[in-house]
Amino acid sequence: MKIGIPKEIHKDERRVAATPESAKRLIELGFSVAIESGAGSSADFPDEAYRSASVDVVANPANLWAQSDFVLKVREPENHPQLNLHEVDLMPDGSALMCFLWPAQNQQLLQRLTAKRATVFAMDCVPRISRAQKLDALSSMSNLAGYRAVIEAAHHFGRILGGQITAAGKISPAKVFVIGAGVAGLAAIGAARGLGAAVYATDTRAEVRDQIKSLGAEFVEVPYREEGSGTGGYAKVMSEGYQKAQREMIAKQALDSDLIITTALIPGKPAPKLIAASVVEMMRPGSVIVDLAAEQGGNCERTSPGEVVVRNSVTLIGYTDLASRLPRQASTLYATNLANLIEELCPNKDGVLHINLEDEVIRAVTVTQNGTILWPPPPVAVSKQPVAPQPLKPAVAGAATAGATSKHVEPKKSATAQSGSLFKAVLPMLVAGGFLLLTGQYAPPDLMQHLVVFALACVVGYMVIWNVSSSLHTPLMSVTNAISSIIAIGALIQISAPDSLIFILAGIGILLTSINMFGGFYVTQRMLRMFKR
Amino acid sequence: MGEGLIAAAYLIATMLFILSLGGLSHPETARRGNLFGMIGMAFAVAATILSPQVSLYLPIFLAMVVGGSIGITAATRVKMTQMPELVAIMHSLVGLAAVLVGLANYIDPTAYYDGPARTVHGVEIYLGILIGAVTFTGSVIAFGKLSGRITGKPLLLPGRHTINFVILVGVILAGSWFIGARSHEEGMIPLGIMIVLALLFGIHMVMAIGGADMPVVISMLNSYSGWAASATGFMLGNDLLIVTGALVGSSGAILSYIMCRAMNRHFLSVIAGGFGTEGGAVVASQAPAGDVIPITAQQTAELLRRAKNVIIVPGYGMAVAQAQHSVYELTTLLKEKNVNVRFAIHPVAGRMPGHMNVLLAEAHVPYDIVFEMDEINKDFPDSDVAMVIGANDIVNPSAMEDPKSPIAGMPVLEVWKAKTSIVMKRSMSSGYAGVDNPLFYKANNRMLFGDAKKMLDEVIAALKS
Repeated sequence: MKIGIPKEIHKDERRVAATPESAKRLIELGFSVAIESGAGSSADFPDEAYRSASVDVVANPANLWAQSDFVLKVREPENHPQLNLHEVDLMPDGSALMCFLWPAQNQQLLQRLTAKRATVFAMDCVPRISRAQKLDALSSMSNLAGYRAVIEAAHHFGRILGGQITAAGKISPAKVFVIGAGVAGLAAIGAARGLGAAVYATDTRAEVRDQIKSLGAEFVEVPYREEGSGTGGYAKVMSEGYQKAQREMIAKQALDSDLIITTALIPGKPAPKLIAASVVEMMRPGSVIVDLAAEQGGNCERTSPGEVVVRNSVTLIGYTDLASRLPRQASTLYATNLANLIEELCPNKDGVLHINLEDEVIRAVTVTQNGTILWPPPPVAVSKQPVAPQPLKPAVAGAATAGATSKHVEPKKSATAQSGSLFKAVLPMLVAGGFLLLTGQYAPPDLMQHLVVFALACVVGYMVIWNVSSSLHTPLMSVTNAISSIIAIGALIQISAPDSLIFILAGIGILLTSINMFGGFYVTQRMLRMFKR
Repeated sequence: MGEGLIAAAYLIATMLFILSLGGLSHPETARRGNLFGMIGMAFAVAATILSPQVSLYLPIFLAMVVGGSIGITAATRVKMTQMPELVAIMHSLVGLAAVLVGLANYIDPTAYYDGPARTVHGVEIYLGILIGAVTFTGSVIAFGKLSGRITGKPLLLPGRHTINFVILVGVILAGSWFIGARSHEEGMIPLGIMIVLALLFGIHMVMAIGGADMPVVISMLNSYSGWAASATGFMLGNDLLIVTGALVGSSGAILSYIMCRAMNRHFLSVIAGGFGTEGGAVVASQAPAGDVIPITAQQTAELLRRAKNVIIVPGYGMAVAQAQHSVYELTTLLKEKNVNVRFAIHPVAGRMPGHMNVLLAEAHVPYDIVFEMDEINKDFPDSDVAMVIGANDIVNPSAMEDPKSPIAGMPVLEVWKAKTSIVMKRSMSSGYAGVDNPLFYKANNRMLFGDAKKMLDEVIAALKS
């Protein structure tokens, strides 16, 4: 089969669907590969590089389309400005196409493609399961978008991000607040940390807390209890009470932040408005907001998609092509994702596509086959909810899918909320305090004194034990057991009483506790002797 | 010895006890910690014996010599695998001693109080005896279960919560009768009733708890023995007893909490008893599926020889088979071959907190290659072989994958993420939780059937050849 890679025609799109490296892999799989002249030039892959990878370079796009059985693209097909023709019309009948397609939003395009009896693989339909990670172009792009967001923010920010002590005075680190810790959010955290900023992050899904912490950022919690994981590792719409608490928390945090990067997306819904216009007005002059959700309407009310605007001395960056602003890197990753998928589609390395619809990944990606619409696919069971967040594949609430157009599918229902955790924490304290006061009112002063000692000892015990290493739990128990034979003191005091019954009871008491005392310390010693490096 | 001097000695003893517990936070300082404990105890006992209240020395001496020799003999003879039993039976002694001291104090005619002090004192005696009695029988049953004298299966009487509730009400009623009693003779009746009820409660409580929950029970009983000592301290107005008891009590309580957290269960539900006993539907959804792939000791040796990273997960089966020394031999052999061997310890592996660590330490496995679950769980994907020796529930993937599983939500060691996992097991029977383990049927899992020690020795022989 002949694979063709046309130059991207979308405005400002700098990526290309194949690199010389990935083209080599495709040729090894038995395909012949041709590319439109200049397709890789914005990504710094000159025509010569492709030529030396035995790729044909074709000057005329119409010819390239006409000769290709299988076209690889980044963006979905659209009207070609120079040829004045829709790219779908350039496709030969019955040929194949692989690109970002967004079938849910582009029904008309889908119809057009079926009319051409095309077989179309949509890279945005890769299911989020571990096996398909190497095909997951959305994650690849989000990762870059997150990084680039920090770089753009730093570019528009009038200070440096890292803290320093210089001869000319102290520079405090910039505070970066990341909203939504999906792939993009986590990448942004990593990049901002790398530049030395103090990073804070929040997400509706509790399970990403550890991922946030592992990157060195602080997790900022919404003071409201509700679990925010929808199916498929994406976020869901939260209840109104939650949203209110979240907006308040974000407003508070925003006033103290220098850079804000928002990546909050909910599949199939407009981006949640998390930063109100009034908050932007109150932010410190010179602050920067990068809105990775700009294409879906933005997380900030003042964002203007695709542009950089300054409002009340706050810079709002609404670029929708962040991944494409790292063209060479984005192209390399995207091309590798494509090559990985084609490898799965061509297991015999014979240069022919074998579409095995039994395979759930291939089934999901194939949106049309020879003109039959296969989209939407039957649901795929994604990550094992809720106890196993997959650390290798950060589930994406803030899957800011920059570059490629993105309006996800799968609407979610909201859940009921619960509140009153503060009340729950305070109630036992009130009860305990009241009880103590009541006791103090009636009890003899001795008792109160003993209670003080008792309470302090409990606290000391608590503090000391928390530090015990878990490997020493058994010795700890046996030593505390030995120490609890302190009760011997009671028996010792009593044994001298004149009453013979008391004498016997106390005598047995001493005997029993001695067993414990000597045995306990001795066996602990025996055990600890074994703990050598 | 004057009162001031005694108080000073008690203060020193208290400080030493705190330092003792603090010393146990790290293996380097642990032995010093134990030494502090001994010195503290010596101070406390000596100061008490020398106090003016004590005039009879010979019986004390005799009782301590006899008791001490029994204790040291037992401590010398006990095998490290039997540590949980020893600790359990020792808890029962403290419990019993608390009961005896409480009784002795009650019948002591010199201890006379009036007014509210009398009520307070009554409550103190009552609580001391109550906690002591529960600790006593609870520990005896725990000992029986751990040593195999009593079945490890939870005994679930019908209406067991009702029984517990009735006992509680009985104890409270007897308590108010006891406080209101006009004479010692009258007070002995409710006291006797309460002791019987408390003893029964101790038995019933521990009988209902399954073997896998034993770490929680042991540390809980440890905690009780501390509270018993503390209550005795209140009764005698002795601060040393109060403080020491509280230290022990809170330490046991924290350990129980840590254990419960490790199993992702609530303390109350562990105490209420029964693992996976809520309805039979659970068992139905757990039908064993698929085939297991058995391998031989030679094949195991081959897998290990080719591995770069090996993680060993020991469980109670290793303790039962006394296989810790063979495990150590295997470790040294693999290390000589430049294999990176590490150990992953689940917090509730074995039958008491830290059980596995003690066994590995006994076999001289260096503690810096022994890791806790949280430290090592992320490393399984990078390891070539994960070797599970006599563990089951703590490596069960259904805890994470099957929300209907009775152990759902319990954090487990993710051995199935290793390239190959090898499970050493005697047969295909399920663990204490009675849950089938899907790990056995995973494609990258191999089963090495047989006694852990015997099979390990064969693996070692194959590795050497």
